Amino acid sequence: MYPQHSALPKASKGLHLRLQFLVSILVVAGMLLLGIWMSPSIGYRAVALLMLMAVSILAILFDILPVLLAAILSAITWNFFLIPPRYTFSIQNSEDLFLFLMYFFVAMVNAVLTYKIKDRNKKISDREEKEKTIRLYNTILNSLSHELRTPISTIIGAVDVMKEQNGRLSPANKDELLHEIGKASLRLNQHVENLLGLSRLESGMVQLKLDWIDINEFVHRMINKFSDPKPPQRITFLPGQNLPLFKLDAVLMEQVLVNLIQNAIIYTPDKTEIRISTDYIDEKCTIVISDNGPGFPFSALVTAFDKFYRVSQTNSSGTGLGLSIVKGFVEAQKGTIQLSHNDTGGAKFLIELPAETSFIQNLKNE
Amino acid sequence: MNKPEILVIDDEPQIQKLLSIILESNGYKVIKATSALEGTSLAASLQPDLILLDIGLPDKNGIALLRDLKQWYPNPILMLSVISNEEDIVSALDFGADDYITKPFRSGELLARIRTAIRRKSKTVASTKVVFGNITIDFEARTVILNGINIKLTATEYNLLSLFIRNEGKVLTHSYLLREIWGAGYQAETQYLRVFVAQLRKKLEFNPDQPKHILTESGVGYRFVTDSES
Repeated sequence: MYPQHSALPKASKGLHLRLQFLVSILVVAGMLLLGIWMSPSIGYRAVALLMLMAVSILAILFDILPVLLAAILSAITWNFFLIPPRYTFSIQNSEDLFLFLMYFFVAMVNAVLTYKIKDRNKKISDREEKEKTIRLYNTILNSLSHELRTPISTIIGAVDVMKEQNGRLSPANKDELLHEIGKASLRLNQHVENLLGLSRLESGMVQLKLDWIDINEFVHRMINKFSDPKPPQRITFLPGQNLPLFKLDAVLMEQVLVNLIQNAIIYTPDKTEIRISTDYIDEKCTIVISDNGPGFPFSALVTAFDKFYRVSQTNSSGTGLGLSIVKGFVEAQKGTIQLSHNDTGGAKFLIELPAETSFIQNLKNE
Repeated sequence: MNKPEILVIDDEPQIQKLLSIILESNGYKVIKATSALEGTSLAASLQPDLILLDIGLPDKNGIALLRDLKQWYPNPILMLSVISNEEDIVSALDFGADDYITKPFRSGELLARIRTAIRRKSKTVASTKVVFGNITIDFEARTVILNGINIKLTATEYNLLSLFIRNEGKVLTHSYLLREIWGAGYQAETQYLRVFVAQLRKKLEFNPDQPKHILTESGVGYRFVTDSES
């Protein structure tokens, strides 16, 4: 579950490095031209300081190798073009020789020192990153073990009662216990789905499998997953009329809708009404899921999608993974999701997905 | 009549036990195999009426085993799979699996799949008239009657509907349907299929958004049932 740092940055760094070499050479060449142009007025020795400045700036920005190249190149070219006798590598004056060697030395030390400082900073930030990952990992484990233990305890407890107290239980009690076992198992199943979803998102392995979806039929099917003989909340679906087929990823959409409906059921009191509607607005597949429950606190409207976010006062537990996965899967399909309050103050999720469409009327019959 | 025999090839003891309880209490005889090797030899020696085959086996990929079994085993094979594994399911169906069921499964669903598969195997005479719910289809006259009213279907819609009815209860993959109705070369045009299914639903289903007959199997295909409660 640790985020993978290595693979991608390396590839881009290879390209980066080549660019850095190129820029270093160009900067040296530019400074040299500037130096040749200015040397009649400021003298060729001052040009060395100009070039040293350029190398120092490069050292702050670039990797060590391009900087060393710039240092060597600038020293050699300065000697060749500017130290008399000009256009030779030879140096006659001992003062110039000393200056040349000093230039070479300072430029090198400059490059190496700057590199070392940058390296140390990088190590520190790497360590911080790693510590952050470990903290994140521990948070996952803590919330997960709690979250998994609750349904597991329910199942173990209910099974134990049925085994030990079998004779004393009324048929209604038994039914209720079985119902609880079923609910707990489905909850466990959903946790596993979310964990798989999280690992897909974290590894950057979300590959879209787009196919045509009849969104109204799809939403009905998702709602039917929550069919309950005595539903605590009422789910109302307002299907949009004359919607086209949308090209979306059915597996991701299923997890998006199941998580949002599940959330609405878990975090709202009984008798809450959950409304789902679909539409086609601005060339986007639009899905709204809202309820007339207590809603999210204002401070939470943005942070709700963060990993492991949970509304603090709620007594129901949760892994805090559901909404972050919802957002990840919506964005994987280039869509957006917004959380706001509706007229009653309840939560309102607006999903907009820019998807390819196909209107039934557009196809000829045969 | 003897009890139908079902060979269950699955390496997980809990699933084996659960399946045995469901199947035996519904009048089937269960034979257990926990590996591909054992399953193959039991299938050869006992010739069961149906095989329930898990896609993930320890010694061999369930799909590879399915391909081997299909060479000589004549009876239906149902695949057991975990959910979100549509690609494997589709390829198993393409290699001749009769149907599939995902874990966690519901017993009613499992039994319905098994009944359908065994019934399809024994059914030989195709009737010329089929009635389901308030819909009657006459294959000789090529007419479809809904609530006593003749429904006009285009040729493609009619072909699709009769293909569904001939395969009642069985899942049909997108590529199979496209190949059968539109011919080779149209396997990727799932859009056609969606459109015609949507049109058929509009004409036949009481509520096209909540179909009772032409059911969507997400990522896999469609399943036509005469009674979606079973």
